[in-house]
Amino acid sequence: MSNAAISVENVTKLYRLGSKQVASDSIASAIFGFVKSPITNFKKYRGLYKFDDVLNDDGTYTSQEDVLCAVNNVSFECGHGESVAIVGGNGAGKSTLLKILSRVTSPTFGQITIRGRISSLLEVGTGFNPELTGRDNVYLNGIVLGMSKAEVDRKFDEIVDFSGVERFLDTPVKRYSSGMKVRLAFAVAAHLDPDILIVDEVLAVGDAAFQEKCLGKMKDVTGSGRTVLFVSHNMAAVSSLCTRGIFLEKGRIVKTGTSEEVVNEYVSSLSVSEEGIPLHQMTKREGDQEIIATKIEVIGENDAEILSPCSGQEVVFRLHYHCKASKVYKNCKFCVVVHRQGQFYLDLNTSLVSDESVEVSGDGYVDFRLPKLPLKGGSYTLGSFIESNREIKDNILSAKSLMVLDGNFYETGRIINNWCPLAEFSVEFNQGG
Amino acid sequence: MALQKSTEKTVVITSLTRWSKKDLMELVEYRDLFLFLVLRDIKVLYAQTVMGFGWAIMQPLLQIIIFTLIFGKVAGVPTDGIPYFLFTTVAIVPWTYMSTVMTSSGQSLVKDQGMLGKIYFPRIIYPLTPALSALVDFSIATVIIVLAMIYYSVVPTTSMLYLPIFLLFMFIVPLGIGFWLSALAIRFRDVKFAMPFAIRMLMFSAPIVYSASTIPEKYRLLYSLNPIVGVIEGMRASLLGTAIPWEFIVPGMIVSAVIFLSGAWYFRHMEKIFVDVI
Repeated sequence: MSNAAISVENVTKLYRLGSKQVASDSIASAIFGFVKSPITNFKKYRGLYKFDDVLNDDGTYTSQEDVLCAVNNVSFECGHGESVAIVGGNGAGKSTLLKILSRVTSPTFGQITIRGRISSLLEVGTGFNPELTGRDNVYLNGIVLGMSKAEVDRKFDEIVDFSGVERFLDTPVKRYSSGMKVRLAFAVAAHLDPDILIVDEVLAVGDAAFQEKCLGKMKDVTGSGRTVLFVSHNMAAVSSLCTRGIFLEKGRIVKTGTSEEVVNEYVSSLSVSEEGIPLHQMTKREGDQEIIATKIEVIGENDAEILSPCSGQEVVFRLHYHCKASKVYKNCKFCVVVHRQGQFYLDLNTSLVSDESVEVSGDGYVDFRLPKLPLKGGSYTLGSFIESNREIKDNILSAKSLMVLDGNFYETGRIINNWCPLAEFSVEFNQGG
Repeated sequence: MALQKSTEKTVVITSLTRWSKKDLMELVEYRDLFLFLVLRDIKVLYAQTVMGFGWAIMQPLLQIIIFTLIFGKVAGVPTDGIPYFLFTTVAIVPWTYMSTVMTSSGQSLVKDQGMLGKIYFPRIIYPLTPALSALVDFSIATVIIVLAMIYYSVVPTTSMLYLPIFLLFMFIVPLGIGFWLSALAIRFRDVKFAMPFAIRMLMFSAPIVYSASTIPEKYRLLYSLNPIVGVIEGMRASLLGTAIPWEFIVPGMIVSAVIFLSGAWYFRHMEKIFVDVI
């Protein structure tokens, strides 16, 4: 028997999907349907968790239209002191896996052994009660997350310091601002001291400064020899916090390896799967296609591709192109646009910044460097445009989606609330008299 | 950092459900959490009220007064010679406790589904918590019983020695029903709508406003299968010092033990799927 902190053996989790309601085609059948509905409802709600009909003895299952396999025969081990990231797109089964590991829901098949005291953070502020005061909630939340009362007693001052809400400790939490609530909740979570910590995407709360603080705390935790299992879409956090990674897709493990390997695999799978098809195969495009855009990459520090840049971060949009004919194209213009709901936010056109006549041939790429990304956090769409001798070669309006996170653009920790580009400016006060 | 803990805990997670000694050990392990959830319920219950725990007295007291006027004075319900106010007081106080626990235990999982889906602790704590927190209200409301007994100068007899047994059953009966209802309510929200009606029916099915002695002889066994009958009759007899009517009490005790054990079993059987069927 192994001695790993967490060992997961052949875990499968099935869910029953809702089935379409049968529409009645006559009044008589509608009335009959209504009378019969308690029986059908009863069968439906009863059947929600029964999988005898699809489950085979060896842990496999017969696929059926109304059965969803959220986690499919997953096995892995996680040694003591390791920090492991679980990455994957939406619906890959990451959260379900964490729910099974934290015993919130049970596997349909398979077994998990956990050795050590475990705490799971699937949400910030679990068990917070709006009627209770901040002080009571610190105790309740701490204990719900797996601390003993004595432990909370000991760490109480530290927690309050970290949260910075000591003035409001005896006020009911329902009167807190949402930011205060999150800070208090995270302060409690940050002071957990288990052998094994399971964290689900909880770092995606609060402003940039607070996220920074949270990441720092996570670094301390992973550095202190504890076992950490971490789900995140923040690839930068994954690579810096975790030593090992697991890449899930449609409930199955696609790859395990070092966090770098797994992040690379995941990111490269994304540029293909995000809109379903790679850019060079897209058909919704204009132009004669003699030169085509093959890929748009968003690149951050260290020349690494990033998924979600932050406002204010240095970002390069890298537009890859491919010339179909083996000739030189003259007077080329390349352009990357960023838009959102029909509104354009950025128009990065080579002709705006250079008068040179650009000549291209073969394959290559154009880098558009933004020293400080002037976009507010939110989701945008990237488009590309290539022109040669005033002829449109390739124009794709929706090439790729871009998720921007609110970052520290103004270096004051403050963010703009309305949808407008961010601009650097300085202020000078002149008072009369 | 003291990472090398001598007693390392090992948890095995599977899809199987079976009661074992481990479950009780786990309850001990989570005692701090249990205590704080009970404290939370107590603190939250009368939050932002002017009367605060005064409501624990006001609610049953108003009901007692109304029943005394309607059933005692107007309808003239026979009470075996006991003053109607006293007669109904010793029944309504425990009944208030039992109905509160049945309602809040039954809804405990649905009410706290946010927590249910995000964190693990023994699920049985959810329906257990209201049974304990409502004891505070009950203790406060016993003041009414004590005062009524002093006013009517009731002298405690040896029957009083049986009181702990009936208190225990007062605790177990609504808890067992709470186990059943909470496990059912998470799947079938019908429970929520049936509850207020069922509670009212249960109240009139038990000897709270009338005396059990008015039930015809041949229906008594059937009547006393209702576990609430036994609790109410037992409490009344032991407090007021009348002979304890065991024929009403024993069948109810058997039924309540069955409800409690089967409820715990059903709850355990269902708890692994709670989150999937919320």
